[in-house]
Amino acid sequence: MLHTLTLAELAARLAAGETTSVALTRHFLARIERLNPALNALITVTADAAQNAAAEADLRLAAGERGPLLGIPLIHKDIFCTDGVRTSCGSRMLDNFVAPYDATVVARLKAAGAVMLGKANMDEFAMGSSNETSYYGAVKNPWDPTKVPGGSSGGSAAALAAGLAPYATGTDTGGSIRQPAALTGVTGIKPTYGRVSRYGIVAFASSLDQAGVFARSAADAAAVLKAMAGFDPLDSTSVDVPVPDYTALLAAPDAAGAPLAGLKIGLLREFFDGLEPRNAALIHAALEVLTGLGATTQEVSLPNLPLSVPTYYVVAPAECSSNLSRFDGVRFGYRCAEPKDLVDLYKRSRGEGFGAEVKRRIMTGTYVLSAGYFDAYYLKAQKVRRLITDDFRAAFAAVDLVIGPTTPTPAFGLGAKVEDPVTMYLNDIYTIGANLAGLPAMSVPCGFVDGLPMGLQLIGPHFSEGKLLHAADRFQRATRWHLETARGYE
Amino acid sequence: MMRGNEKCALARTFRIPMSLTRQDVEKIAHLARLSITEHEMPVYVTSLSSIVNFVDELSRVDTGSVLPMAHPLDGQQQRLRPDVVVDRDNHVKYQENAASVQAGLYVVPRVIE
Repeated sequence: MLHTLTLAELAARLAAGETTSVALTRHFLARIERLNPALNALITVTADAAQNAAAEADLRLAAGERGPLLGIPLIHKDIFCTDGVRTSCGSRMLDNFVAPYDATVVARLKAAGAVMLGKANMDEFAMGSSNETSYYGAVKNPWDPTKVPGGSSGGSAAALAAGLAPYATGTDTGGSIRQPAALTGVTGIKPTYGRVSRYGIVAFASSLDQAGVFARSAADAAAVLKAMAGFDPLDSTSVDVPVPDYTALLAAPDAAGAPLAGLKIGLLREFFDGLEPRNAALIHAALEVLTGLGATTQEVSLPNLPLSVPTYYVVAPAECSSNLSRFDGVRFGYRCAEPKDLVDLYKRSRGEGFGAEVKRRIMTGTYVLSAGYFDAYYLKAQKVRRLITDDFRAAFAAVDLVIGPTTPTPAFGLGAKVEDPVTMYLNDIYTIGANLAGLPAMSVPCGFVDGLPMGLQLIGPHFSEGKLLHAADRFQRATRWHLETARGYE
Repeated sequence: MMRGNEKCALARTFRIPMSLTRQDVEKIAHLARLSITEHEMPVYVTSLSSIVNFVDELSRVDTGSVLPMAHPLDGQQQRLRPDVVVDRDNHVKYQENAASVQAGLYVVPRVIE
């Protein structure tokens, strides 16, 4: 069962010569071929390139090189530019776009010997919470094919939950890693804004976008994040702060019987207002596990947090309308047939190339930035963004990290929320705050409601990824939720 | 001098329409250079109105003298790099993604008669 092994176990087998990168790669490609048609988790499968990369990794292994990711396959969200491979961003606009260079994340993982199996399906331009806005069709949740996997990184999450790869990359602008991780029962981390380079990631909302990892455990995520993170001069908002060795941090010995001794956890009061009792019970049970491991808890309040969804749905569309103005039908991307003049070329290329939700967000952004409305909407939202950020800062003066649910409900039905954008937007209510404040946050599996997985969310101060991963790892050593697999995908 | 919340109250009274008209959406679509079909138009009038209503909740927040926040890592300086050429000329490779290229130039419909 190669697809249920941890990255450390896979690396050990490769090091011992018990398996090869080529064999591993074939195993996952075979699973993709067998299982992906029903899930639609991948847009592009790069089988030949994967086998070549695996053969190269085997040569490096044979030469004595070792590494936590060397020779191990992965799937990239189709928002990361991959040199010579179509990078569609889930859009008709980029259906014909072959990236001319690698994103920094892709280049770093490639250098570490990672083997790309293919590119994951996603909401178009990462705008969605259900993976239903993709030009390539909806992704199904491996736990129940009538349910969404979450979004926007729904393909990455579903692929991992189905054992199509040992790990996958994603991006998180308003919850796009944590929400699908929660709804598919996997571990996801969105690092601090600026921790991982945005170079080569198709831009959605530049002050919120951040790349991260989907993995089977916090320990696996630690190894991948270490390889992805770090300063990049090609990203103007990349932060020059050293990256700790997260894996070594998790391996450090614990105080006897109290691995989380001294950790102060804040329970976010606003996250429990109106939360369904069965969901709240799972979070309280997780909290008991954490206190059993030595953590102490206290309630904290972020009074402005309920404003995070309206704030986000001004800031993100504003940045999106600006970023997506580059798609003009001229330099790359879709071009309409027989344009009668330049304006017609712009309008029809964009009108036909973008899907409904992307057009809605571009227009929302155009409106809030337009003359006469800028102060009332955009400037106002930027001020409220500071209030929310200050709330977090005050909370972190009292506690080390805050926890709550990742989502209000487990996975909802395909088609259930597509008619009403505001209802869909409210699904991000617990995740958006961390993006507005640029904070690192994780989702780890914490139980089931109606047979569907739910996630526990941990949010920490800037650059506290190590602390989050450590707490999540100790939680996972004490629980088995992250080891559960959907039926049919064992 | 007017305080921030008074300005905001004024904005609420005079400026913000609680629902958008078809003409509003047509104007926004033009500004965004998006063609919207007859079939799509009523959907956008309804959904954009509901989004505008939803985000109007922000107008009720007293933001007094709060400074707008444009960047999550407040106070970070924009870096400057040495003014030396680091990019290579990749235009041939980049133009492989263009719909129409002639002699290294992007081709668009005639702009000047």
